[in-house]
Amino acid sequence: MGDALVIGAGPAGLAAAYRAAKAGLRVTVVDDNPAAGGQIWRGELAKPASPEAQAWFEKIRSVDIKLINGARVFQQPAPGTLLAETPEGVRELSYTNLVLATGACERFLPFPGWTLPNVMGAGGLQALVKTGLPIDGKRVVVAGSGPLLLAVAAYLRGRGAEVLLIAEQASQLQLAKFGLGLVGKMSQAFSLKRQLRGVRYLSGCWVVAAHGTGKLESVTLSRGSKRWQVACDYLACGFHLVPNVELAELLSCVVENGRVKVDQYQQTSIWNVYSAGEATGIGGLELSLVEGEIAGLAIAGRHEEARALFPVRVRQRNFARLLNNTFTLRDELRQLPEPETIVCRCEDVTFERLREHNSWRAAKLKTRCGMGPCQGRVCGGAVEFLFGWRAESVRPPVLPVRVESLIRSAE
Amino acid sequence: MPETVTVVVNGVSVTMPAGSMVSAAILKTGVTEFRRSVTGEPRGPLCGMGRCFECRVTIDGEAHCRSCQTICRDGMDVRTDG
Repeated sequence: MGDALVIGAGPAGLAAAYRAAKAGLRVTVVDDNPAAGGQIWRGELAKPASPEAQAWFEKIRSVDIKLINGARVFQQPAPGTLLAETPEGVRELSYTNLVLATGACERFLPFPGWTLPNVMGAGGLQALVKTGLPIDGKRVVVAGSGPLLLAVAAYLRGRGAEVLLIAEQASQLQLAKFGLGLVGKMSQAFSLKRQLRGVRYLSGCWVVAAHGTGKLESVTLSRGSKRWQVACDYLACGFHLVPNVELAELLSCVVENGRVKVDQYQQTSIWNVYSAGEATGIGGLELSLVEGEIAGLAIAGRHEEARALFPVRVRQRNFARLLNNTFTLRDELRQLPEPETIVCRCEDVTFERLREHNSWRAAKLKTRCGMGPCQGRVCGGAVEFLFGWRAESVRPPVLPVRVESLIRSAE
Repeated sequence: MPETVTVVVNGVSVTMPAGSMVSAAILKTGVTEFRRSVTGEPRGPLCGMGRCFECRVTIDGEAHCRSCQTICRDGMDVRTDG
């Protein structure tokens, strides 16, 4: 048996931790954020927004799990040991079995004006409002792609925002196909529909430019042959999600098509490293939970119980496939950047400087694209879509850390 | 636990619900420019979850703190780069 270490306190990580702890393992969960819940359950630990979240938090509280918040894992000095930077200094974390439940982040695509203050991710603006930003009476355009747009629009509206419209780049036809596959999720969809009554949801529509002096003042939208400008305070714009795989790559786990490769027990290519949730492919809350449970059970040697959950995972993976096909990004979005549009926001590398290269590696060497503080976490999803480039290697530290942490890691 | 905390953003006091992030407090004061990019562009929060590093500010003298990952504490001194 021994110890299990879980990286990420979102649904997948918490589900894995619960199952492993329930089976008798000593479990530690480490998360970068100041509180558990991940992005989808952000701020809900004290006040769950759904019965499902409530039920999971109760399960978590019923077992003995050590939770370390505000800790950013940045290096593995030796197999079985990770280093994390915390506000109190570097912490060494050892493990027998590891679960990477590192989640996903929004895909951001560059368009003229996207670097203006108050242009944010859809989940980005939601996170800010969840953590104290007053949005009452503010005019918000929600744009990009994916089911997250609906959830964010409903949430912002519930907090008093004036949601002017939702611009979904996917076509009406694609969405109609998705609707047919939604049967199992009808109740959720209906409640969103009620919350969004009166808000325009435009398919085949996207932002072509954001305008403003010093900060966002308006956006230009495109739909069919029509183009028009809308004045707004915030643009909440994200193009579906991208798995967070850099920690898996640091540990030399096989990553395929941008997803951590796992077997039927959520085991990666490294025998004592498991992965669950969005890091293994975008699939939403239910899939993350069941994958987390399977990983937790497998680590505890409860393979039979894990197998009993396989049918649930199959159903959720089918749904995920449908979801990801529906929100496939259209080619027109590749035409959005102007030559002078910044793609890498850390190093201010423009589209024009990147397009002359044939790989990310070449572009990095010549332009520093992806070499700033975010280490390509933002522009990675963009250059993958625009040019078909993927990161070739990840080096420690995977995050900018304090010099004292580096010194400590070299000891 | 008290229900509100007060932080100081560029010399201006702002009171927030307990548990709020520094990023939200900064925006509440009307400041949208958190930092200047390497070519001098104004920038503010993008991802809201600690990955983009666009919301970096100086907190109690420590530079490059991600304001979206830092919870407001009473008396905190926050300075933006704009």
